Amino acid sequence: MLLVPCPHCGPRNSADLTLVGETGPRPDPATTTPGEWRAYLYEEENPAGWTRETWYCRLGCGRFFVTERHRAENRFRNPPLGAGDESSDRP
Amino acid sequence: MTSARMPARPGEVIDRAEPLAFTWNGSEVSGFAGDTIVSALAARGCRVFSRSMKYHRPRGILTADYWDPNTLLQVGDEPNVRGGHRLLEAGMQVTAQNAWPSLRFDAKALTALGGRALSAGFYYKTFMRPRWLWPLYEKVLARFAPGGVIDPASAPRRHEKRYAHPDVVVAGGGPAGLAAATAAARAGAGVLLVEHEHAPGGHLRWGTKRERALGAALADAARSVGVEILTDATVVGRWEDNWLAIVERDGAGGPERLVKARAKVLVVAPGLIERPYVFAGNDRPGVMLSQGARRLANLWSVRPGDRAVVWSANAAGDAAAADLEAAGVAVEHVDARAGHTVVAAEGRRGAVERIVLADGTRLEADLLVTAAGWTAPTSLLNMAGVRPVYDAAAARFFPAPSGGPEAGTVLSTGGISGDGSLDQLVGHGEATGRLAAARAATLAHRLQVATAWAAPASGAEPLFPTDERTPLGRDQHPELYRPGTDGIVDLSEDVSSRDLRHGAAEGFDSVELIKRWTTATMGSAQGKLETVNTVATLAEATGSTISEVGTTTWRPPYAPVTLGALAGRMFEPVRISALHDLHVAAGMTPIGAGQWIRPEHYGDPEAEVRNVRANVGIIDVSPLGKLDIRGPDATDLLSLLYVNKWRRLAVGSVRYGVMCAEDGVILDDGVTGRLGEDHYLMSTTSSGAGAMEVWIQNWLQTEHPDWRVRVTPVTDAFTSVNVAGPKSRTLLERLVDGVDLDPEAFKYMQVRTGAVAGVSGCVMWRIGFTGELSYELHVPAGYGPHVWQALLDAGADLGVAPFGLEAQRIMRLEKGHFIVGQDTDALTKAPTAGLEWLIKLDKEDFTGLPELRWALEGEPGAGGPEALPRLVAVQPTDPGYVPPEACQIVATGSDGKERIVGRITSSRFSPTLERSICLAQVEVTHASPETTLTIVGTDGRRRSAVVMAHHAHFDPDGERLRG
Repeated sequence: MLLVPCPHCGPRNSADLTLVGETGPRPDPATTTPGEWRAYLYEEENPAGWTRETWYCRLGCGRFFVTERHRAENRFRNPPLGAGDESSDRP
Repeated sequence: MTSARMPARPGEVIDRAEPLAFTWNGSEVSGFAGDTIVSALAARGCRVFSRSMKYHRPRGILTADYWDPNTLLQVGDEPNVRGGHRLLEAGMQVTAQNAWPSLRFDAKALTALGGRALSAGFYYKTFMRPRWLWPLYEKVLARFAPGGVIDPASAPRRHEKRYAHPDVVVAGGGPAGLAAATAAARAGAGVLLVEHEHAPGGHLRWGTKRERALGAALADAARSVGVEILTDATVVGRWEDNWLAIVERDGAGGPERLVKARAKVLVVAPGLIERPYVFAGNDRPGVMLSQGARRLANLWSVRPGDRAVVWSANAAGDAAAADLEAAGVAVEHVDARAGHTVVAAEGRRGAVERIVLADGTRLEADLLVTAAGWTAPTSLLNMAGVRPVYDAAAARFFPAPSGGPEAGTVLSTGGISGDGSLDQLVGHGEATGRLAAARAATLAHRLQVATAWAAPASGAEPLFPTDERTPLGRDQHPELYRPGTDGIVDLSEDVSSRDLRHGAAEGFDSVELIKRWTTATMGSAQGKLETVNTVATLAEATGSTISEVGTTTWRPPYAPVTLGALAGRMFEPVRISALHDLHVAAGMTPIGAGQWIRPEHYGDPEAEVRNVRANVGIIDVSPLGKLDIRGPDATDLLSLLYVNKWRRLAVGSVRYGVMCAEDGVILDDGVTGRLGEDHYLMSTTSSGAGAMEVWIQNWLQTEHPDWRVRVTPVTDAFTSVNVAGPKSRTLLERLVDGVDLDPEAFKYMQVRTGAVAGVSGCVMWRIGFTGELSYELHVPAGYGPHVWQALLDAGADLGVAPFGLEAQRIMRLEKGHFIVGQDTDALTKAPTAGLEWLIKLDKEDFTGLPELRWALEGEPGAGGPEALPRLVAVQPTDPGYVPPEACQIVATGSDGKERIVGRITSSRFSPTLERSICLAQVEVTHASPETTLTIVGTDGRRRSAVVMAHHAHFDPDGERLRG
């Protein structure tokens, strides 16, 4: 099970959190079109690479936060735990 | 049977002072404590333990350990017990599997006569057509399926789970694993060592006196530095960030248990698994691997045969020859390194009587021991992204030097990494343990830094050390897979080398295809014994090399896990209100409602309905979700969450509101009262309470972090009681202080705060879910029982009585109030429920606004409101017929065909109206009042019903609740 780096609680089992989905802007309800709105509701880029995601720390601090995850390799950017020397993306 | 047990020998693991009686196929037999089932039976001279899966050939001991494919046994009500591993217990009832009517005479062995007919893909090819015969095929085949028998009457067992957070997990307790664990613990790491067998030591346990002493010393050292050792346990899977599943099998600790461990570093040290050789007759009882023969002789003092041929290509085979000679077996040592090759084992009735060598030599023997090479169980490394690479010179696979993204936290040591003397293996293990501990320390530091509330990490981050271990060497080993004769490659699945060649010729020429076509590697041994032989046979058949063919994918679980251990125990909290004990005392019939245990009724729900309609009743509605909302932007928050308007709600009033998701689907509903200028108390449905809090937090934290508003869940802070019925005001007048209950002063849909039965700070709102004059009291939770009892005492002369969930459901249905999630589903947009009047499209923003605008005003290129189904009240023509909920409603079209146009969402018998009443969702074309509907009952019968003009079956104008 993936460790998700909550900025408040530190790395926690992904089962302790909820993946809300890819992070994107909410269209303006006054001017939006059906196509744009439904893309916001249902579509994800789901790239085989890095993407921005919102997570909810369900069993921890109860905060929503944004992080970046590599969806093919299941790594987080600037991971606080779990990556070896040869693969770390730490600055 | 003649006894094969030798007199007591040094190193044996049995306790001859403790005999254990058990039964084998109904006969009384006995063994000793420390025996496995198989060693005890082998000591009695038993040589045949099972019949093979397809051909029903007699099978005997091959490895005498967990992976032995031939000794799966039924023990009592437990099927598929690994007899080579499971320790003997007194009273066990052991029977052979896959043999009918008996092991000696197996009727199904007739299938061997038509062996060709059962070649690879036989099932696929034969039972395809005609399809209508499949049910018959299935029945016949099921009788021939291998495996034990499940007893449905078995007593259920509770399986626990455990979570562990060691710095280092070492998988494998042989010399290298023990040395690694001890070194890691000495360096300060918390270490969990997982050993597959019943005791640590690995192959040292059945080795020489010096080897046994070393094994014991290594295990003692590990224990003395605090290593936790799990025996009879296996790391069965490894996932991201070293999330490990460890199964602890049945034993003194209780039923099989799953340990979920998060290790900072995993050390993989499983050793090597001996590989069988494929030749004619290689599955005969009496053909054994060197490790099997040594284990029988040295651990359990069982002489595996009288006259043995030991065909050896390595030191382990040579040791087996020496061990057997020491056990008094006449041994003919045939050296594979000198070019001698076994091509056949022959005999009658499945037994071994003679061994044939490639040069034509025939050797009389009742036992053939082979030592043909090793398989590296790289499973856990593969799960970490490390590829196995074949080394022809060493005749086995090794983990690739550089692995996947997390390779730095997964290390290997011992035989899986290379060869060496015992000193070298222990030295490599120690270096691995030190490296693992140092890397774990770095990760622990990072963990502390990354955890905001943890104590500040002291000092700089320790270096994540590079791997400077001296690699183990690799011994030369001849490549020995098949001498040219055909034999069984997969003994679990009865797949022969001929099957594999035929499969390859039919075009299944990749290892993943041939695996699925022939089921090779898919049986109980799961590839431990047969994967490399499968690959080698395929390479030979396709004219390629083992490297080119590659291996199949090793997936978790590495060893079997029972479903009970996976399921474990549910940790679902049960919630009860502060009034629970009073309900129990009042004789409630409980019902589970989400997490809550609530009174369904107190004996007679229909009488409870009549009492509320005639007098007054009280119901515990504490599970109702309650949120305290405060702050200058509280009104903005409500306007965002609800489809209706909130700005002009006066202090002291409550309003009904509906929340929709961003797709316009109804999410929740409830009333919210304005207690002060910037202070609201919101109620949600009982089942939606938790989700609504998260929903609101999401909006506040992600879209409007600038809003000054606090939302506090207070569901458990209040005991909530609804007082309903025409006499409810009279009752409350006797108990309420500080609030004017006069209907002109405290109107329908208003909220007041005051004292009830002497308890101040109670919130009261006048609403009417039941359709009666009613007051909902929110009392500080600890005073709930006091207020509940006060209501019952003060209203005795008024006929007050508690009512349960069922009475409330009947009354709300009489009033036509829908329940979110019952009368609506995940597709029900707000207009379906008749909420057009509530939705205010002129608001600047609220959740779901665009979808509701398109739903009400039409969407360019798509339907408008006419596309949505409608929620309607329905009354069956037969007043005594209550259609079960979820019954379909059908209509016959112009083509004469019936089609589904809706469904019953709620139905009850109304004691007030003395007839059946329903809510239903139907298509717009069938939603007009007085439309006749056809309901399909669960018995298939069609019954008619009529659509009503109003959702409320009773008091549609609401005169009672406004009174």
